[in-house]
Amino acid sequence: MKLAIGHLYPELFNLYGDRGNVQCLLKRLQWRGIEAEVVPLPAGEKVDFARLDIVCWGGGSDRGQEMAAGHLRGIRDDFRAYVEDGGVVLAVCAAYQLLGNYYRTETKTIEGLGILDICTEWKPGRLVGNVVLESPCFSTPIVGFENHAGRTEIGDYTPFGKVLFGHGNTGNGDYEGIVYKNLIATYLHGPLLPKNPEVCDWLLERALKRRYGKEIVLEPLADVQEHRANRNIVERFTPSHTK
Amino acid sequence: MMRLRSRLAIFGAKLAYKAIQRTGRGSGSAFPGFLARRIDPDILSVMSRMVRGKIIAVTGTNGKTTTNSIIYHALKAEGRKVLYNKMGANLLDGVITAFVLASGKGGRLDVDYACIEVDEMASLGIFPGLKPDCVIVTNVFRDQLDRTGEVDIICDRIRRAVQEVPQAVLVVNVDDICSWALREGCANPVLTYGISEKMGEDIPVGTAEMIFCPVCGNRLEYAFFQYGQLGVYRCPKCGLERPRPDVSAADIAWKKGRCSFTLDGMQVECGARAPYNVYNTLSAYTALYAADAPGEKFGEMIAGFDYGNQRESIFHIKEARVQLYLAKNPIGFQQKIFLLMKDPEPKDVVIQINDTRLDGEDVSWLWDVDYHYLAGANTATVTAGGARCDDMELCLKYDGIPCASTRNMRHTVEELTTKGSKNLYIITNYSGLYRTNRMLGELQSAGTGGAVQDGRRTGGAGRRMMSTGREGAVS
Repeated sequence: MKLAIGHLYPELFNLYGDRGNVQCLLKRLQWRGIEAEVVPLPAGEKVDFARLDIVCWGGGSDRGQEMAAGHLRGIRDDFRAYVEDGGVVLAVCAAYQLLGNYYRTETKTIEGLGILDICTEWKPGRLVGNVVLESPCFSTPIVGFENHAGRTEIGDYTPFGKVLFGHGNTGNGDYEGIVYKNLIATYLHGPLLPKNPEVCDWLLERALKRRYGKEIVLEPLADVQEHRANRNIVERFTPSHTK
Repeated sequence: MMRLRSRLAIFGAKLAYKAIQRTGRGSGSAFPGFLARRIDPDILSVMSRMVRGKIIAVTGTNGKTTTNSIIYHALKAEGRKVLYNKMGANLLDGVITAFVLASGKGGRLDVDYACIEVDEMASLGIFPGLKPDCVIVTNVFRDQLDRTGEVDIICDRIRRAVQEVPQAVLVVNVDDICSWALREGCANPVLTYGISEKMGEDIPVGTAEMIFCPVCGNRLEYAFFQYGQLGVYRCPKCGLERPRPDVSAADIAWKKGRCSFTLDGMQVECGARAPYNVYNTLSAYTALYAADAPGEKFGEMIAGFDYGNQRESIFHIKEARVQLYLAKNPIGFQQKIFLLMKDPEPKDVVIQINDTRLDGEDVSWLWDVDYHYLAGANTATVTAGGARCDDMELCLKYDGIPCASTRNMRHTVEELTTKGSKNLYIITNYSGLYRTNRMLGELQSAGTGGAVQDGRRTGGAGRRMMSTGREGAVS
């Protein structure tokens, strides 16, 4: 077995340690004896979605988003087809916003891919801080850090999690992110996956199933450090939630 | 004559400083300035006007404290009276405190020069009152993004601050595309510096910012990188090119913990052990040139200059040489790892990462550092400490570096040195720096028979550092 992890526009979207998500996906496959490779997908070059099993797309500045917008138009149709076909995607921060219809900043409107029918509006006062989420898909709370000026309305989409601590999509502290088919879009960095190995394995299992057409249950890993890191954040910010 | 209001502000601030010193609550590096500003909102411009010669402001992400310290020592070597914020209190109130404490009776300043380190995000609030004659931008890297938002926001802030003082000479590093691009839209006279040769083949580059053309957005072509995005670049599409620097360092050679190079043709030899300190030396030298300051004694001064700024000190605990390093952003951390690689001796490494407001609450930047270099640095053990030791441990795990963790730094240092470690490196981010410095000072003194009571010692290196932490030093 072998999976290809595409890192989309790594030079424009690398703001919040996004390398950590890619590294986490790669290592957790390798540690289980599954081959994996990271495919950098630089801006301006053609993206062959057929050979990709996971697309990792990270945080970028407003300027980086603008610079990417032109290139994104060229891959929009293929990217949409990949998502609709159940292609696995992790989109963080700017990537989350760009999957929607548009991101209207203080001064201009950045066109998005329109793969998700959502819109993001800039508002004064960045939403910054540690976040703890609860999600029916995962047994452990999800922890991360958010830093965004955009407020995203997700309509009827399923959120990634319910906010136990932090601001969330719009800043009102109810829900955070989106799960759509095999795509997770979220404002959470930190980066997300190393401290939430369950989320990482969720993505990996879906990617394996899509590539090999059968349920593949990943061999459990010890995850001593991962669980400790997760638990310490949960205990620190949501003490009442800790059993 | 000075207005009564300004005199009152200075008097009140000095009184507050004395009270803080007496009660031992905090260092008093900012509150006196805050108070002075409340009494007289114009206090900074009133006081900055009293500087006889030039005012030099140093801003940027990395190297502010070192660059400012070099400028200070260079001017001092020429026999000038110089005011500076030596402990790095670089926000508005810290800068005002430095001015207030440097003043004599009646609030008068008797100084030839002021060299002031200015936080890049605070620059816009400080420059209009400070009215510097010369502004140095050392570099712009990602740093505390939870506070600053984005690198572009930092650049924009500095640009607007520089535009507030259009008469000031802007001293800028052309090797850094971020710094070079931010002069666009400033009417200020510009003096550039840079290094046109690669400083070493084995320097880890780390994370580069903005490697796309600021004019047309095309990917820049680099002849080489020094580290980060620093290097020699050009845009193949619109023709933007790194200009030839006005002042440069060349013929850089590293030998046994010393470094030699030429500065604008003048041969110097100094204790710089890392590439970033060559840049710091060059930026300080260029600033002195921009400020028409005398520089005959520069070579002599720099030969004996302490690049550690008394905060990256060396201690001796039992049989171990203990080097304390500060690393507060990815580029800085990567450079510290480079210094570890340069030391061929076996070593133990302890890394302390906290997430207070001083450090930045977001520690995701740890993942922008390439740790696999540690595998080739002859490390016997690596231990992670601090409030975010888990994050550090995870970074190392996923980069294949075995690591333990600790909840007690002192205990870990004692254990390592008792077990016979000869060579210990401690890397910490900002909030742990002074406490760790003090702790290591105590352990050092304890080992040499100093009096230790309840784990707290009176005297020792750490205490000495703290007690001379008077902000506005004039000599």
